[in-house]
Amino acid sequence: MSNSEDTIVVDARRLLCPMPVIRVQNAVKKLMPGARVEAICTDPGALSDIPVWARINGHKIIATVSRDDEHIITLEVGEESPL
Amino acid sequence: MTKQYKAAALISGGLDSMLAARAMQEQGIYVEGLNFFTGFCVEGHTHAIRKKDQAKPKRNNALWVAEQLGMKLHFVDVVEEYKEVLFNPKHGYGANLNPCLDCKIFMVEKALEWIKEHDFDFIITGEVIGQRPKSQRKETMPVIARESGAEGLLLRPLCGKNLPATTPETEGWIDRAGLFDFSGRTRKPQMALAKQYGFEEYAQPAGGCCFLTDAPYAVKLADLWKSRGEKAYELDDIMLLKVGRHLRPKPEFKIIISREEGEGKFLQGYKKQYISLKTTSHAGPLALLDGRVTPEDLAFAARIVARYSQGRNADQVELEIREKDGTTQTISVAPMAVHEIRKEWLL
Ligand code: SF4
Repeated sequence: MSNSEDTIVVDARRLLCPMPVIRVQNAVKKLMPGARVEAICTDPGALSDIPVWARINGHKIIATVSRDDEHIITLEVGEESPL
Repeated sequence: MTKQYKAAALISGGLDSMLAARAMQEQGIYVEGLNFFTGFCVEGHTHAIRKKDQAKPKRNNALWVAEQLGMKLHFVDVVEEYKEVLFNPKHGYGANLNPCLDCKIFMVEKALEWIKEHDFDFIITGEVIGQRPKSQRKETMPVIARESGAEGLLLRPLCGKNLPATTPETEGWIDRAGLFDFSGRTRKPQMALAKQYGFEEYAQPAGGCCFLTDAPYAVKLADLWKSRGEKAYELDDIMLLKVGRHLRPKPEFKIIISREEGEGKFLQGYKKQYISLKTTSHAGPLALLDGRVTPEDLAFAARIVARYSQGRNADQVELEIREKDGTTQTISVAPMAVHEIRKEWLL
C-alpha cells in the first residue's frame, strides 16, 4: 500500500536519458515495496525508458501525464523478484 | 540442490553483449545486466535535443536488450570516476580521445565490485578477439582480466574457446563446449548466432559506443581542456559539446549557437550558468557564451550571433544579452560579414 507520504519526487527536468532512469533507479533503491516515485522529465525518451526499466526490474507504472514539455511518470516499487 | 550461478553481463545495447548474455542463459546461468554511464554514451542524448529527431523516438538499446533477454538491467553512474580514466589513460587513446583499453579495464573493475556487493559469481562481456583494432586483441584480453582484478572471473562467451579456461569453466559452473570461437572483424558468426537464438532485430554497431570515438566531438573536448588550462569537465560541459555550433573567436571565450528550435530550447536551460544572447529584431538562434568576456567581446559575439539570424543581411540587428543573474541589456550591432568569420573559429 502507499500514500502520498511514501511518494518521492525526482526532478529529472533537463536531464537526458538515461540520466532520468538513473535518478529513478537511485530513488527506488532507498524505498520499500509499495512506495511511489514521481519522476518529472523533459526528455521524451523517458516516456519509454522509465517504463521499460520499471518492467524489467519488477516495478509498476501507475500513471503518465504529459503537460506542455513536461512528463510526469509515477512508478510503484515492486517486491524484489525471486531468482 | 545445485547452486544457481549468477553472472553480471556488461550490456552496451549492441549485438555482441546481447549474444554473450544469452549464451550464458542457455547454460542455465542467471544473468543481470550492467550498463555504465560515463556521460559520453551515444545512447539517448542528441535525439532528445534536436526537434526533427524527436518525431522518431529512439529506444535505449541496453534496456531493450535486457527486456528481450528477460533480465534486469542496472545503470551504474560512473561520471565522476570516469574522469580519471579519460584524463590519464595508462594505455593511451585510440584514434580520437577514446581510452578504450583503460575504459574496459575500468568497467570490468566496477563490475567486479558490483558482483562482490551483490553476491554474483562472475562477469561476462561481449568482447571478441580482433573485433576492435586497439582494445579487443588477443594480447589485450589478459590485460583487461589482470588489471581489472577480475582474473578468472571474467568470461567472454563469444571467443572463450580461443582463450585460456576461466574459473566458471574450471569449476564446472558452465560448459566450455558451449562457448564460441569468434574472432576478427567479420560480423557473420554473430549474425548467424542471432538467427539461431531467434533475434530478428538488434542494434547495429556504429563504430563505437561513445562520443569519444567521434572526431569532431574530440576536437571540441580538446578545445575545452586547452581553454581551461587543464583536463577538466562537468557533465553539463560534455552535454553541451553535443549541441549547436561551437565557435572560439578568442582564446578567452567560446560561443555556442543553436542550429534549430530543439537545440535552442535545450540551451535555454543553461541561461543561469552562461551569458546568453538572443536576437530580438529578427528570428534567430539562442547563443551561450562560455568563458570570460569584456564589454567589447560582448558586442563582437553579438555580431557573430546576428550573422546566424534572419537579419544577416540587415544593417543592424538587435539582440538581448542576458547575464547569469537575469539582468538584461539590449544591443544593436551590424551582423558580421561571412568573410569575417574565420574558419579556424569553428570547432
Ligand atoms: S568506445 Fe568509449 S565506451 Fe566504448 S570502450 Fe571505447 S572509450 Fe569506452
